[in-house]
Amino acid sequence: MTAVGTPARETRLPGAAPLLVLASALVMAALVLLPLLVVFGDAFAKGVPKYLAAIADPDAVSAVKLTLLVAAIAVPLNAVFGVAAAWCIAKFDFRGKGALLTLIDLPFSMSPVVSGLVWVLLFGAQGWFGDWLIEHDVKIIFATTGLVLATILVTFPFVARELIPLMQDQGSDEEAAALTLGASGFTTFVRITLPNIRWALLYGVLLCNARAMGEFGAVSVVSGHIRGLTTTLPLHVEVLYNDYDFVGAFAAASLLASLGLVTLVLKTGLEWRHSGELSANRRH
Amino acid sequence: MTTAFPSRRVMLAGAGALGAAPLLGRAALAAPAPITLLNVSYDPTRELYKDINAAFAAYWKGRTGQVLDIKQSHGGSGKQARAVIDGLQADVVTLALAGDIDEIAARAKLLPPNWQSRLPNNSTPYTSTIVFLVRKGNPKGIRDWPDLVKPGVGVITPNPKTSGGARWAYLAAYAYGAKLGGAGPARDYMTKLFKNVPVLGAGARDATTTFAQRNLGDVLLSWENEAFLTLEEFGPNFEIVYPGSSILAEPPVALLDRNVDRRKTRVIATGYLNFLYSPLAQDLVGKHHYRPREKAAVAKYAAAFKQIPLVTIDQAFGGWKKATAAHFADGALFDQIYRPA
Repeated sequence: MTAVGTPARETRLPGAAPLLVLASALVMAALVLLPLLVVFGDAFAKGVPKYLAAIADPDAVSAVKLTLLVAAIAVPLNAVFGVAAAWCIAKFDFRGKGALLTLIDLPFSMSPVVSGLVWVLLFGAQGWFGDWLIEHDVKIIFATTGLVLATILVTFPFVARELIPLMQDQGSDEEAAALTLGASGFTTFVRITLPNIRWALLYGVLLCNARAMGEFGAVSVVSGHIRGLTTTLPLHVEVLYNDYDFVGAFAAASLLASLGLVTLVLKTGLEWRHSGELSANRRH
Repeated sequence: MTTAFPSRRVMLAGAGALGAAPLLGRAALAAPAPITLLNVSYDPTRELYKDINAAFAAYWKGRTGQVLDIKQSHGGSGKQARAVIDGLQADVVTLALAGDIDEIAARAKLLPPNWQSRLPNNSTPYTSTIVFLVRKGNPKGIRDWPDLVKPGVGVITPNPKTSGGARWAYLAAYAYGAKLGGAGPARDYMTKLFKNVPVLGAGARDATTTFAQRNLGDVLLSWENEAFLTLEEFGPNFEIVYPGSSILAEPPVALLDRNVDRRKTRVIATGYLNFLYSPLAQDLVGKHHYRPREKAAVAKYAAAFKQIPLVTIDQAFGGWKKATAAHFADGALFDQIYRPA
C-alpha cells in the first residue's frame, strides 16, 4: 500500500508548482492565521490588565474548570471504549462487525445538535425517563452529567477510528504467539497489544480531547446556559459576545485557541517522532 | 465546601491540640453555602437582571441574613421556555411574552394556568415597545412602517419562532398592516416586509449584533430597551426612530410552583418577584430603558420614553392564544409568508 504512495512524493515538482505552493500558503494564512491573530488582537485590545481581569472573572474560571472536568471524564472513557472497540473489530471476526463499524462512525456523520438532542429526548423532563428522574431528583440534562454524555457521544469515534486501521495492519500474529507461549489474555494485551498501539492511542486521545474541549453544538443543546454553572468555555465565549463584552469573549476564545495550539504542537511532535506507528499517516 | 473539610482535618491532625482550637473555631463560623436561585430569562435582560440580582441579594441578606447566589440564563424567549419544559430547573421565569409561560403551564404543568393573575399588572413589572434602530443620519430615510417594505431596504429582526422580541415586532408590523384594510392588505404587507429580511437570528441579541457589529441591514426592529443599549454600547453610529404606532410589549414574570416546592425556594422566589415591583427595582428598570410601572420611577423616566399610540395584544389580536394559533404555530401565517432567501 505504501509503495504506491512513495514515487509521487519523489517526483520533481513541475514549473508552476512554486506558484501553487505560494497560493495555498496565502490562502492558509488568510483562513487560519488571520482569524487567530484577530482573536488574540481583540483579546488584548484594551490592554493586558483587562485581559487578565477577563480571564480571572469567576464565570470564566468556572467555565474553564467545567470544560476541563468534562474532558477529564469523557476522554478517558472514550479511550477505554475506543481501545475495546478497536480490539474487537481488528482482532476478531464476528457477525455484525460491519454494523458495529458503522455505529462507531455515526457521530462523525451526525450533526452535533442531534447528538445533544438525543439526550434531551431521553432524559429531558418530557423525555422517556423524565418523570422517574424528577421523582428521584436526578439531574442529567442542564447539568454536568448531560454535558459529559453529549461530549462522549460526539467524540466517541476519535480513538477507535485511529486504532482500527493500525491494529488491522498489525494483525494478530504477535498476540497468537504470546498466547501459545502461555501468556494470559490480560498479559498479552498489556505486554504486546498496548505497546504496539501506544502512540496511535495517544494521538487519538489528543484529537478526542481537542474536540471534547472545543465542542459547541451538542453541549449547547443540553447546557441550559446557566452562567457560572453549566457554561463550558465555548458556550461562555458566545455568552460574553452577546453581552457586548468583546474583550471577555475574545479572552476566553484565546484560551481555547491556546489549548488548540498546545494540541497542535503535541500532535506534530507525535507525527514527527512516531509517524510509522500512526494510522493517520499510513492512510495518506 | 466539601473539599475543604478533609484537608482541614488533615491539618488538624498535624497541628495538634494547641493549634487546632482556633482552626476549629473558624470552621464552625464559616458562612453557610449560599442558596441558589435560577432566573431563566429572555435575551436582552442580561444587564437588567445583573443589577436587580445584586440589589435583591443585598436586600434579602439585610432582611433574613440568608446569602443568595442568583444564577442567570438568557436566550430567545421561546427557546428558554422549551428548556424549562425539558427540565431546566428554573425557580422563576422572566420571559418576553405570556404565550411562552402559557406553554410551560400547558406542557410541563409547572405552574397553574391562571399564573398571570397572581401578580399585579398581569404579572408584568415593566413594559416596553418595538422601535426602529437605523444607521446614523438615517441614509434610507426610514420614518415609519411603510418605509420598511420599499425595495432595497434590509430589515433585521430575529426569528418569531424562537424570539419573543421578534413576535412583538411581527405583531406590531401586522397591526400596522391591518390598519390598511384588514387581513388581506396585512398579509400583503407582511409578505413584502419579510422579503426584505436577509437573515433571521435566534434571539434579540443575536439580531442586534448582526445589525450593529456585522453591519448587516438598514433597520433593526428592536426592543426599545435594546435600541437604547445599542446606542450606549456602540456610540453615535445609530439612531432610534419611533414609528407612528407600535405595540405595548408586556414581558411577564412567574414563579414555577413545582420547581420551587421541590427545591424549597418558594419564599425566596416569591420575595424576588415581589421585589421587581419595589421602588428600588423599578428605578433599575427605568435605568435600563424598560418602561417602569411604579409611580416615582414612571415620573423620573417619563422624558426618556416617547409616547406613541400602542396597541395591545388583547385588543388587536385577542390575546396570545389566538395570536399564536393564527401567526406562529406550524403552518400558520408566518410559515406561509416567510421564504428564506
